[in-house]
Amino acid sequence: MPEFLTDWGLLVITFVPLAGALLMMLIPQENEEAHKQVSLLASLLALALGIWYLIDFNYSDAGSLQYVVDESWIEVINSRLIMGLDGMSLPLLMLSVFVMPLVFIYSWDHIPHPGNAKSFLILMLILETGMIGTFLAQDLILFFVFFEVVLLPMFFMIAVWGGEDRRYASLKFFLYTLFGSALMLLGFLALFFLSKDPTTGELLRTFDMRVLSDVAGAGIVRSSQLLIFGGMFLGFGVKVPLFPFHTWLPDAHTQAPTQGSVILAAVLLKLGTYGFIRIAIPMLPEAAEAWAPWIGLFAVIGIIYGALGCLAQTDMKRLIAFSSVAHMGFVMLGIATLTDFGINAAIFGMVAHGLITGMLFFIAGSVKERYHTLEIKRLGGMLLQAPKLGWILGFCVMASLGLPGLAGFWGEFPAILAAYQPANGIPEETFRGYMVIAAVGTVLAAGYLLWLLQRTAMGEAPEEFANDPEIVDVKRIEWIAWAPFLFLIVLFGVAPGLIFEITDPAVVESLDNCLQLEGGCEGVAAAAQATFGG
Amino acid sequence: MLAALAAEVGDFVRPPIDWHAAAPELTLLAFGVLLTLMDIVWLERGRKWAPALASIGLLATMVPIITLAVDGADRSMFGGAFVVDKYALIMKAVFILAGYIVVLISSNYISEGDYWENEYYGLLLSSILGMILMASARDLITIFIALELLSIPAYMLATWRKRDLKSNEAGLKYYLMGVFASAILLYGMSLLYGASGTTLLVDLNESISASDSPSAIVVMGIIFVIVGFAFKVSAVPFHTWAPDTYEGAPTPVTAFLSVASKAAGFVALMNMLFVGFIGRDDVYEPMIFALAAVSMTVGNLIALRQTNIVRMLAYSGVAQAGYMLAPLAVASDVPDSALAATVSYLVIYAVMNLGAFAVVIAVARKTRSAEIDDYRGLFHYAPGLTVAMTIFLFALAGIPPLGGWWAKFRIMGAVIEANTVSGVVLGVFVAVNSVIALYYYARIGAKMWADEAPDGDLTPVRVPASLKSALVLTVAATIVFGVLPGLVGDVTKVSLLAGVGG
Repeated sequence: MPEFLTDWGLLVITFVPLAGALLMMLIPQENEEAHKQVSLLASLLALALGIWYLIDFNYSDAGSLQYVVDESWIEVINSRLIMGLDGMSLPLLMLSVFVMPLVFIYSWDHIPHPGNAKSFLILMLILETGMIGTFLAQDLILFFVFFEVVLLPMFFMIAVWGGEDRRYASLKFFLYTLFGSALMLLGFLALFFLSKDPTTGELLRTFDMRVLSDVAGAGIVRSSQLLIFGGMFLGFGVKVPLFPFHTWLPDAHTQAPTQGSVILAAVLLKLGTYGFIRIAIPMLPEAAEAWAPWIGLFAVIGIIYGALGCLAQTDMKRLIAFSSVAHMGFVMLGIATLTDFGINAAIFGMVAHGLITGMLFFIAGSVKERYHTLEIKRLGGMLLQAPKLGWILGFCVMASLGLPGLAGFWGEFPAILAAYQPANGIPEETFRGYMVIAAVGTVLAAGYLLWLLQRTAMGEAPEEFANDPEIVDVKRIEWIAWAPFLFLIVLFGVAPGLIFEITDPAVVESLDNCLQLEGGCEGVAAAAQATFGG
Repeated sequence: MLAALAAEVGDFVRPPIDWHAAAPELTLLAFGVLLTLMDIVWLERGRKWAPALASIGLLATMVPIITLAVDGADRSMFGGAFVVDKYALIMKAVFILAGYIVVLISSNYISEGDYWENEYYGLLLSSILGMILMASARDLITIFIALELLSIPAYMLATWRKRDLKSNEAGLKYYLMGVFASAILLYGMSLLYGASGTTLLVDLNESISASDSPSAIVVMGIIFVIVGFAFKVSAVPFHTWAPDTYEGAPTPVTAFLSVASKAAGFVALMNMLFVGFIGRDDVYEPMIFALAAVSMTVGNLIALRQTNIVRMLAYSGVAQAGYMLAPLAVASDVPDSALAATVSYLVIYAVMNLGAFAVVIAVARKTRSAEIDDYRGLFHYAPGLTVAMTIFLFALAGIPPLGGWWAKFRIMGAVIEANTVSGVVLGVFVAVNSVIALYYYARIGAKMWADEAPDGDLTPVRVPASLKSALVLTVAATIVFGVLPGLVGDVTKVSLLAGVGG
């Protein structure tokens, strides 16, 4: 069995959810219990496999790909079915397989209007296959296919089970993301046709991400590199979402059903940032360096804009959505430094944001269920009426604003720190400016989050809800779904090394090309080693 | 008088005929004749056998196509005017299978509508005969004959709903536009013949590409020929007949026109470009570039505003023609990739578009309408059809893992591989247009899934067996092409350059 898992397990973990979905298609719609069981079982199976990898993973060699699957797929374009797991993808894979079962548990008695558990759960399983596949793919075409597979289920989740404006929000989400990924695909194709072997000068004609990261854009003229990176920048930037492309996010989040919001926040946004660190930067380091100040600029604009946006929101869910824009700004700032320190922070930030914001969306869903509104003005006194719910909200708000000791801190603080000393060749002064702006952003974040907490949880319960019997405290099913989130937020807060130690070797490995080119990120690498004891 | 003439010509010597190579055409012809004979002998009693006989005829035609493919040798007849190679065989198979699906989706529609069944299938077969002939045609006259053989029955099929004004309009418009296009095409061909003194495409290419700059007469000839085929494939600005004809014609015929007839136009165009004009890329490439860019943009933008699903599919077909033209605009830079890209697109497009029309026919059995608003809430009373339609629409939009992504991917691959400015520009055109197109496809998707059914009418749709099998075939193919695109990739590794020697 272990041998099978080492050789083929990555395929199994990717397609287990899909197999569950296929099985569910055979079960009649009326049998809702069976659908819930099968979907939960499939996602638990994926989680079990993930835990097996977590245990079996060779941590001393986290920088190189493990459990590689390499099979022929589309020979005519030399695209292969290559999957692999390294320190960069492991945390994100775990995040995906960890979040999904909890979402399925939450769905046990929270199938949103208009019902039809069968289709709803099938879509979520397809979504899971797409997410896992994206984090494991090591071939650009395979990556692209998985990257796009998530679009359809998410579109339907919002369009069918969403709120009032679901039609507009779902289409906007779909169109924005497709626009980015269509240009991204052009970039992939250009990489395929232009990449040359640096020693022999021969055309490579490969989509193998390992090879393309090794040659790192050799043989492509600078202007083409910049354009190709631009295509990828659009594709991944829309998904993140980076500042000017972010407008789909508040709409999608506000209209999506709770489960959709949680998945979107916890995992889907990470597909974009993962694309940057896995594909765009290692494959085109030279262009990344040229683009870095711009990425950094958009990132800090996002931080400030997101925070100001939050201050202006009247809807709790929309506020959390805007806070995502700000948080992903920190992640992108870390990435834009192109140092291993910054990228480690970014990966941590992705996981932390996934847990914290995912949890906040769960809370928003439960608030909506109880109060039938998310208008901040009308809410209040949650600590009196539903004290546990109120305290969990308080806890997540603290985590989200980056309180030391909770997971959020380790995503933001090192990212800001990294901006002090970006990689060689990137204007230092600019990034120090960004650092200051980002620091201001954390203050604003504290402002809007605490203000949210104060208005919704504190004070007296408003009259209209004072004696509402529907307002109950946290239910059992919610406890089961939420407790793991809360536990991990604390765990990663007190022991951030758990993630940093896994990611660091892989990040250093992938930045290797940048190190060779610049002859310089070692200083930061050493600093990171010292900080995290890796 | 006649005898004198015959004496003057001399003894007619029949050119050698490779019966195996001509077997597909002959088989189909035999079944077409059989169908007509059956009508004459049995009259009304033959009606119910007509669709079965037509299907058998089409499947029987696949037999020689397969044996020829297994044999694998390139065959050439009549001095190179009729060529059987891998490319020709693939396109023949596409036409036959598309024809088979059309028969499947026609049978209930035609018999329940009390139309003339024997004639319908007879004309359908003769139109398909023209198409498979076109796949092998490498000579101006052969191409023209094939084109007329496939078009004239199609004009009649478009008016098949004789008592319906719209159907009459459809047929008349199609006929007038088609004849007009044929005239232009023929004029262009005559110019080219005048300039080169040959009708054989290979020789034509040698003759017209000998000089550095083309003579005015050659430029005119090439332009007219391309315009003639642009009508056939409904490229902007020669697309105006398509929406009206598609809307008025019986829906199975529309499916046939939008898939098979369009593919035949492309086959003819590819034969001309890759064999006849390949040396004169300075003339045809700018023109194809403009046709491609304008077709996809205009087609998509107008499709956004449609309220009738058939008209929407017509405009989306115009846009798809633009995608398929795109690689032809870089035909001289990367000839093999460009050809493979367009052929791949044709194969996948045939499957998904036929499927979409099959759903339209099935839904219209209940709603008696093709208005997009009547698709609201389809999921509540016809979940199977909804899933199928969703698959087809998003495949047409090019969303992985459904078949269409591979088609678009090949197109983008070919234009990027050319590594020219015009290639990259076309690539961006394709990318941006995919997004525009997604809007109207996704809008229907949302209507089917998220809305309530009009009037709360939830009676299920009865789908007859033949239509159901057409749906199953097309859904399966759409998914398989998307997940294992290697299948299409290997099959469409074709080249037309053998004859040109480079």
